[in-house]
Amino acid sequence: MAHDHDHSETRSELGEMDLRVRALQTVLSQKGYIDPVAIDAIIDTFETKVGPRNGARVVARAWVDPAFHDWLLRDATAAIASLGYPGRHMVAVENTEARHNLVVCTLCSCYPWQVLGLPPAWYKSAPYRARAVRDPRGVLRDFGVMLPASTEIRVWDSTAEVRYLVVPRRPSGTDGMTEEELAALVTRDSMIGTGLPQFAGSLA
Amino acid sequence: MIYRSYADLGGRGGYGRVVPDPDLAPFCADWEGRTHALEEAMRATGAWNIDMSRSARETLSDYAKRCYYARWLGAMERLLVERDLVREDEIAAGRMLHPARPLARLLRAEEVGAWAAKVRVSERPATSRSLFELGESVRTRSSKVAHHTRLPGYAMGKTGRIERIHGVHVFADTHAQGLGEQPQWLYSVVFDGRELWGDGSPTGLSVALDAWEPYLERLG
Repeated sequence: MAHDHDHSETRSELGEMDLRVRALQTVLSQKGYIDPVAIDAIIDTFETKVGPRNGARVVARAWVDPAFHDWLLRDATAAIASLGYPGRHMVAVENTEARHNLVVCTLCSCYPWQVLGLPPAWYKSAPYRARAVRDPRGVLRDFGVMLPASTEIRVWDSTAEVRYLVVPRRPSGTDGMTEEELAALVTRDSMIGTGLPQFAGSLA
Repeated sequence: MIYRSYADLGGRGGYGRVVPDPDLAPFCADWEGRTHALEEAMRATGAWNIDMSRSARETLSDYAKRCYYARWLGAMERLLVERDLVREDEIAAGRMLHPARPLARLLRAEEVGAWAAKVRVSERPATSRSLFELGESVRTRSSKVAHHTRLPGYAMGKTGRIERIHGVHVFADTHAQGLGEQPQWLYSVVFDGRELWGDGSPTGLSVALDAWEPYLERLG
């Protein structure tokens, strides 16, 4: 048993939080407030059912289908729901040569989870929430993204229940690609505005 | 009455650079996912709503020291105790010591699929005309309020332009206080960077945020 106490501090700290949350779950379960099997199913939903692949499908469809593109920009909630991702009131904002869009929630961590999954740690962090609205180019530099000085930057602070999805620019040299191949280029960060689609053949 | 939010970070300096991470895993540890799921399941019972959760998190006095899901856990414990659903001695003991209180619903395992697919809209039918029109210039509220609100400090008392009208939505300020939905018109208001940050603002910057009608007044 002595060996069990030799684990690193980090591990014992993590263990402490695990114990606390499991203890709370036990109380809530004994009181009949929650179904512990439902808890596991909710965790599974977030780990396996939602994620940025959903959003990438939306973007790729908008790149290949002009009617869907226009619908997405006009009524994102309905256009996104039509692909099987019903969600909150959605707004899609399109990057162009003239304007780059960046999404943040300065007050907490609001994020379009039905299309992007749960937010990454940096999206919820103080540096991102503090700087995105004031120094977005500095934030983009942290992500290795440099935009021309002539490109305007529009930051969307998600202060209500409306959720924002960035439609990144389609990389050049991708004319012959299928919708599925295009979806694979659409990264999570490119749909938040902190990244660009990944395509080796593009100069962007 | 003083209401202090520790979560209003927009525009503040001193936090350093952002550390990108391409990892797509939603949780860093088992307890994070479990905390998230417990909060979702408790909210599904009707014991509290999302705005009450946000209010409970942002007012944790050690907000800055807590990691993200430790805020969720602290807020959840506070909401449970405030409603006498769970008592402090039960949290410490890790088992039920007092009788349960009735709740409106229970989210069962077989309902989780439907729960995930359910569209949680905050929009409500309009019963009045919107006060402002597209393109109109408006000024945001400049005074502080003694309750949860979603107008960030950096955008208080600033002039912007109505760019989108989102319809009528549940009003976070009243919803968080247990005063009901009191739905209000919601707008995207766009501010020029210089209006928010002065001459030191980056050129070509504009910031849009969503503001309920009570946050806004007509200019002039």
